[in-house]
Formats: sequence, structure tokens, C-alpha cells
Amino acid sequence: MRVVVAQHAPSLRERLKDAAAVACVALLLGVPMIGLTTVDQGGALHVATRWPVLAIFVTLCFIGRLLARFGLDRLQLRRRSRPAAVSALRGTGALTAWVGWSCLGVALALPVIFSDNRYVVDTATTVLIYVMLGWGLNVVVGLAGLLNLGYAAFYAVGAYAYALLSTQFGWGFWQALPVAGAFAAGFGLLLGWPTLRLRGDYLAIVTLGFGEITRVILINWTDLSNGPNGIASIPRPTFFGLPFKPDGDTPTFASFFGIEFSPLHRIIFLYYLILALAMLTNLFVSRLRKLPVGRAWEAIREDEIACQALGINVTNVKLSAFAISAMLGGCAGVFFAARQGFISPESFTFNESAIVLAIVVLGGTGSQLGVVLASLVLVLLPELGRDFADYRMLLFGAAMILIMIWRPGGILAKREPTLRYRALSRDGGGP
Amino acid sequence: MMLELRGVHAHYGPIHALRGVDMAVQVGEVVTLIGANGAGKSTLMMSLFGLPRASAGHIIFDGEDITGLPAHAIARRGIALVPEGRRIYPRMTVLENLQMGAALADPLNFEVDLQRMCALFPILGERRHQRGGTLSGGEQQMLAIARALMARPKLLLLDEPSLGLAPLYIRKIFQTLRELNRDHGMTILLVEQNAHHALRVAHRAYVLQHGSIVLAGTGRELLASAEVRAAYLEGGQVR
Ligand SMILES: Nc1ncnc2c1ncn2[C@@H]1O[C@H](COP(=O)(O)OP(=O)(O)O)[C@@H](O)[C@H]1O
Ligand SMILES: [Mg+2]
Repeated sequence: MRVVVAQHAPSLRERLKDAAAVACVALLLGVPMIGLTTVDQGGALHVATRWPVLAIFVTLCFIGRLLARFGLDRLQLRRRSRPAAVSALRGTGALTAWVGWSCLGVALALPVIFSDNRYVVDTATTVLIYVMLGWGLNVVVGLAGLLNLGYAAFYAVGAYAYALLSTQFGWGFWQALPVAGAFAAGFGLLLGWPTLRLRGDYLAIVTLGFGEITRVILINWTDLSNGPNGIASIPRPTFFGLPFKPDGDTPTFASFFGIEFSPLHRIIFLYYLILALAMLTNLFVSRLRKLPVGRAWEAIREDEIACQALGINVTNVKLSAFAISAMLGGCAGVFFAARQGFISPESFTFNESAIVLAIVVLGGTGSQLGVVLASLVLVLLPELGRDFADYRMLLFGAAMILIMIWRPGGILAKREPTLRYRALSRDGGGP
Repeated sequence: MMLELRGVHAHYGPIHALRGVDMAVQVGEVVTLIGANGAGKSTLMMSLFGLPRASAGHIIFDGEDITGLPAHAIARRGIALVPEGRRIYPRMTVLENLQMGAALADPLNFEVDLQRMCALFPILGERRHQRGGTLSGGEQQMLAIARALMARPKLLLLDEPSLGLAPLYIRKIFQTLRELNRDHGMTILLVEQNAHHALRVAHRAYVLQHGSIVLAGTGRELLASAEVRAAYLEGGQVR
């Protein structure tokens, strides 16, 4: 949401009034939360008052609001005085591509550089899972413009599909991947069919409900999902049939290549696996964007009525976006299950959906590279914030607010056109 | 007969927006529908696409009853709409907008049609990489028309194409419509409040009032008619 600021610079009186209003709210909230506290006096609970602390709190809120408001206004003024940068963005296409390729280069080299640091490779793997999820959700939210608050459901469907196929029927990772993906896509259709006539807020609520229902079913349908205990000992992916384990009767990855076994092999293999899956996702989605179906997704986001009048079957186009997004989420789920070796409904809470959605929105809806940057921020920040213990989530929230103030449209809000038509530039004239 | 409406009614909930409209468009004709604000002109255009669906009566296009069909199926039969307020895709470039217009057309025709549109509206060729939303109102209207034409429709519907445009653009657009009809035989159904221009390009015209047709005749007849002059032309022109 964009902060609305009056065109004229607010006077000191207005600023004081605004800060006083905030201080009032702080006071209202502060009386029960700070002003009153319970103390244990020899077994009995007594209510004690802390008025000085409350006074400090309210004063801090007042001053903080004054300063924040002032800073924000300065920022807005600076932004407005900047020359209109509409056409000046010509170079960003090349820059985006350059940054994208550099990211890929770093990603490829990362396990080599940090080959002895398990923590780094593990964290990078997590980032890549979120990148893949972000790209998958981007199809529905960024391109088709349909809000989905239950994306974790598809992630869960993929993960459970792999977990069950592998533990119950002995399927391998590569066999299960397409099947689980298709299964998740089917789930996407199932959800999409009844809900796609809904728009905006209503669609968001229904998808939110669907996400929760899926999780509740996984908790309660113990025969299928083993309930809250989850599914353990899910087979890990193998390197073309060569398992990653210390010497056994069958050839292992280490023995086959004649190298010494190290638990890091699997970590690094998993890293490259998710990198490959994520890059496939990226290629797939970028490719689709240039095809009629992908273009129709974006057109529907822009104007549904115009699409209908142009003969586009809006329902089918939305369903395809839902199904493809679900499929990608499902594939990420398969990888997740294979990496963890254990899954339970705990891993697929609303929190997951919210983080993936935050990645898409912060990245700039529709931007592929934006998703990467936002995943880096949103996954690394809590990791780095571990030292801050209790303040971790506070830091997280503050960072999100700052990003939204700094770039209200997301980190990379500019949409890349899908069609560049050179044949015309000879006779068309103009740039 | 290209398009025929027989006793078409349409409702928005309790609002009875069309009350038994009968009209017809012959192949190769320009037909204009004029009416004041709120008369039901846009409703009539949209109900051709089933948005809202006609609650009674029949809509016959090219000999086929299309009354109950979904919007996309109707468009596929060869009707293209330039909607009220243009409704171009603001974040997509001019080229991408045109590409969306050609979504149903044979991809082999794309380049030819694109060249044709750039010849018809040279400004679109110059601005092809510009975002639709950054075009001026007149340019957006041209884009909306070009986008509709990319589908190679049999019947072109336009809902108030002159709304809010500078006189220069209005002239350009009506001139283009005349050319499309004369040189390419395009059948056109035009909805306008700007009766003066609209009646001059029209072979035939209808006047819509409170959801019913109250007057019909050739464009020339209506231009001369005292009622029309009073209500839609001299001073009485409703904005
Ligand atoms: N979506 C809608 N919901 C309810 N009433 C509508 C809607 N659209 C139009 N109407 C009503 O239908 C009548 C005809 O509107 P419209 O077809 O837009 O008129 P025109 O295009 O001739 O100005 C008006 O009374 C208008 O208020
Ligand atoms: Mg209208």
C-alpha cells in the first residue's frame, strides 16, 4: 500500500497532531500491555502498575512517529522531484539479464567455493526451494493476477505424493517427480474449477481456506498420511541409481567414482538438483510467457472483459495458470520431501504460503529475478537474524516494511515485454 | 443478414436495461446506434457477448442463434468489440496488445495484419514498444480499434470510440471507420453519443431510449429529423 502524503509539506502543527494521534493509540494499547503487570507475591498474583515505563513507551512512540513521518516525507519529496523516469529505463533489460546471469554463475560455483561448509550449501538449497516456489506462485499471482493464499497446499500435495509413492510403492525420485507434479496440477484444477469465478478478496479467502483444509486433512486422515506424526524414512534421491551412503553391497556414488565417502556429496548433489529444477522452472515459465497461453495470463490480469471480447476463454486460461502453478509447487514439494527424508503437516502451514507470497510480492509481481532477490532476503534474513533470537521476526517485519516503502511495486517492478519485433524497425521509424 | 436482434431484453438484477430491442445489421453496412447516457447502448453491445445474457429474445449472427453462447465462443464466430473506455492492456506494449487481438487469428496472418495496422495508424508502428497505458487517449483508442481488427472480424462493434477525445482524433477515427467500410467492406455497428459524426458515416441508424428503439432510418434521415436534432445534435447533445 502506498502511503498517501498531501502535496504540500505538512506544517509542524500537523506533524505534532499526527504524532499525538499515534501516541494516543500507543497509550490505549499500552495500558493493558505495559501499564499493568502481574507480580507473584508469595503464591498470589497481584496486579502492579508501571506507569513510568508506559510514559516512556508513549513518548518513544510519539518521537518515533514524528521522525518516521519526517523521513518518509523527505523520501517522497526526493522521489517526486526526480525527473520522470519512464523512458529512462531503457537499459534495465540488459542490466536484469546481466544480474540474472551473474546470479546463475554464483549459484553454480557456490558448492565449489564452500565445498567444506555444509551450512552454506544447506541454506542455499533452502533459498533455491523458495525461488522455485516463488516462480511457481508467480504464474498465478504475478502473471495471471489471481491471489492465492494457499500455495502451501500444492507444496504439501507434491511432498506427500512423493512420500507415499516412495515409501508404499517403492517408486524412485525421478519416476515420482512427474506423477506427483501431475497430481498437484490435478489438485490445482480441482481448486480452480469452483473458485475461479471469484475475484480478489473472495478468491484469496477461498484459497486460504483450501490451504488450511489440506493441512487439516493431512493431520486427521491418519490412514493415509500418518497424521501429525508425518512420514519418515523417505528415500533420498540417488545419482542415476547410485545411492549416497558409506560402502554397501551395491555400488555407491563414492565407490563408483572411486572417491572417499563424504556426507557432503549428497548435500551438494541436492543443491545442484534443486538448482536444476529451479532453472527448469524458470525456462518453462519464461517460455510459456511468450506463448499464447502465457500472454493470455497477463492479459487477464490486465483486463478480463477485454479478453472475453477478444475470444479468450477466461476460465480455461485461469485454470491453466492454476494447474501449472500447482504443478511447479508440487515438484518443489517432491524435492522437499526427498531432501528432508521426513515430512509432516507442520511443514505446510499458512506461514509457508505467506512467505512464498511475500517473496512474489516483494520481488515485484511477475518479475523472475525479483523472486530470486526476494528469496535471498526473506530466507537469509531470519538466518542472519538468529543472533537476535527473539527479535528475529521483528527484524523480518521491519525489513519487509522498508522494502515496501523503498519500492512500493516490489524490488523489480518493471515488466519485460515478451515480444520485440525487429522487422518493423526498418520502415517503422522512431525508436 | 449479418446480425439480427429480435425482442432482446436484458437485466442487471432488478434493473431492466433493454426492453425488447429489434434491430438488424446487413453485410457491408455501417449502422449507428445513438442514445443518451444510460439509454442502454453499452448494455446492448455487451449483451451481444452474453455479458449480461439476454433474458428474453434472440440474437442471430450470420444465421446462427448465438444468444446463449459464452463470450469467447461468440467472439470466435467473428465479432470483435472495441469496448467502451478502450480497455487496452495498460502494462503490455502496443505490439503485445495487437498480438492479443490476434489471439484467435491464424498466426500466419500476423505479420501482414501488423503491417496493415501500422499503415492504418502509423503512430502505432512508431510506438510499438511503448506500454499501452502510456499512450494518449486518442492513441489508445486507435490501439483498441487495431487490436479488434487483428482478429479479422466479420463484424466490428465500437462503443463510443470518440468519448473524451480531441476533435482531431475524432475526425481521424471516423475517417478510418469510413475507409474500413468502403475499401475493405467491413461491417460496422457503432454506438455513439456524438451523433453528428456518427450519423454521417452511417448507412442506417437507430435511436435508443430507456432500453427500447424509438426511431430508425437512414443516417441522412435521422440527421434531418427534428427529434434527433433537438435531442442529440443542437445544444441538446447530452454529454
Ligand atoms: N453493471 C451494471 N449493473 C447494474 N446496472 C447497470 C450496469 N451497467 C449499466 N447499468 C444500468 O443500465 C442502464 C444502461 O446503462 P448503459 O448500457 O451503460 O448505458 P449507455 O451505454 O447507453 O450510457 C443504466 O441505467 C445503468 O445504470
Ligand atoms: Mg455506454
